[in-house]
Amino acid sequence: MDKNTVIKAARLAQIELKDSEIDAVKSKMEGIIGFVEQLSEVDTTGVEPLQSVNDIALRMREDAVTDGGIPEKVLKNAPESQEGFFVVSKIVE
Amino acid sequence: MTDLTALSVSEALAGMKNKDFSAVELTQAHLNAMEKARHLNAYIVETPELALKQAAESDARYASGDAKPLDGIPMGMKDLFCTEGVQTTAGSKILEGFVPQYESTVSAKLFADGAVMLGKTNLDEFAMGSSNTTSYYGDVINPWKANDSDADLVPGGSSGGSAAAVAANIAMLSTGTDTGGSIRQPAAFCGISGIRPTYGRCSRWGVVAFASSLDQAGAFGRSVEDCAHMLTSMSGFDPKDSTSADIEVPDFASMIDQGVKGLKVGIPKEYRLDETPAEINALWEQGIEWLRSEGAEIIDISLPHTKYALPAYYIIAPAEASSNLSRYDGVRYGLRVDGKDLAETYQKTRAEGFGDEVKRRIMVGAYVLSAGYYDAYYLQAQKVRRLIQNDFKKAYEQVDVILTPATPSSAFAIGENEDDPIKMYLNDVFTVTVNMAGLPGMSVPAGMDSRGLPLGLQVIGRPFDEATVLRTCRFIERTAAFSAKPQFLMNKAA
Repeated sequence: MDKNTVIKAARLAQIELKDSEIDAVKSKMEGIIGFVEQLSEVDTTGVEPLQSVNDIALRMREDAVTDGGIPEKVLKNAPESQEGFFVVSKIVE
Repeated sequence: MTDLTALSVSEALAGMKNKDFSAVELTQAHLNAMEKARHLNAYIVETPELALKQAAESDARYASGDAKPLDGIPMGMKDLFCTEGVQTTAGSKILEGFVPQYESTVSAKLFADGAVMLGKTNLDEFAMGSSNTTSYYGDVINPWKANDSDADLVPGGSSGGSAAAVAANIAMLSTGTDTGGSIRQPAAFCGISGIRPTYGRCSRWGVVAFASSLDQAGAFGRSVEDCAHMLTSMSGFDPKDSTSADIEVPDFASMIDQGVKGLKVGIPKEYRLDETPAEINALWEQGIEWLRSEGAEIIDISLPHTKYALPAYYIIAPAEASSNLSRYDGVRYGLRVDGKDLAETYQKTRAEGFGDEVKRRIMVGAYVLSAGYYDAYYLQAQKVRRLIQNDFKKAYEQVDVILTPATPSSAFAIGENEDDPIKMYLNDVFTVTVNMAGLPGMSVPAGMDSRGLPLGLQVIGRPFDEATVLRTCRFIERTAAFSAKPQFLMNKAA
């Protein structure tokens, strides 16, 4: 695993990584990836990937509005809100 | 006078019904004990006002003859369950001050059955850890100490506060969640019982998500019977969780005394690891002997893919976590650290809000899901997961339950195993297979090691057969007659 791989993973994860942190993160990530590497020795030819342990099909429900009308509650924990909306910094100049 | 904090659930229910003491008195006794146990750091937030209000409501129901199954029982709520109006942090800085506007299904069910909430218990950040040392709100201290050292020990994790609280008699019951062993390992480290039911048995709605295909809520208690009472109350179908199972919930506590005669108990040879301490293997042999002499049939089985469960877990769990934790963006709730633009705000918020272990897992998850690595890591792990589940399906054609050790060690000192993540991950080597296959598993205290620390045995059952798991554990509990108490309680009595 090279430095750029670590930087790319941090970017995908949207986590700021300082230059001074990269080496330490890299060595621990290498340890973990090295550990999970042993899965490659398992022959999984023809094995269906398991996504859910329950063999039940997802339920369907009526397509109807079952919730809503609670903007105050939705915004209650927002770091910043205004007139019923979340406020974020300007993204279009 | 009776120490109200030392009672079992059945004793407490009988005491309130007979008017020997009130629910308010029972709750107050626990609140007093909590004050004296604050150095354990088992609770992130104590909720005495809410607890006394709920207890008064319980007393009113006892007076009118409408008492519910858990009426007046004081319990701790892992701070991963969203509780309406009460801060819920998941042990993270990023959720400091977050006050849910809704109640998780599990906590709502417990309240509907009369449970009293004493507070929100400490945990590893986002339930990621085996030592309760990754919490932003500080380490939890195990009420047990070794007989050869005064060092503070970890309670296990991630549900470390929940386990420590029950062991220290500052909660009669507590909730936990178990994604890779986070109920069973701390139960074993704290000398109490803990059950992780089948995936789908308890609703995940309102539980802060870590790895959704593995997460499952469960119960801690000082006895198997106490856990059984709580499990019945917290289980059940919930349309708000798409993976919730629409299967009837039995009265578990009424089914635990049926004994083990004729029960087929599997002993998986792959759980005999060279590195396991002799004391733990000896306890396992003892458990096998107890079951055999009671008339259970002991059957050697093989779960050939066992050694791949932990590596597969450390692909699947981080991958799901990286997706689940993308919601913490500093916009809708929690911490925000402003940057020069929105992207920088996300990155600074998450860098400052998450601890090192959580960041590491999110980045590992992003890596194994990224283009070029997805098939080799993530898809391969999901295929191996299928093979692990198939191993169990095959075993359960032959046996009713499986008996294993709960953990590869007893509680270790705070600070140990911190240098290398893999060393910490190996704590879950006996428990993680259960999560991968979605099975019920329970840890029950069965003995002590030479340092005077509790050790647990684990019983694993068929999907939705918690009843057989509980009755096997009840037999082990009775036979082991584990009665040792943590030093914290011995000192209190002295």
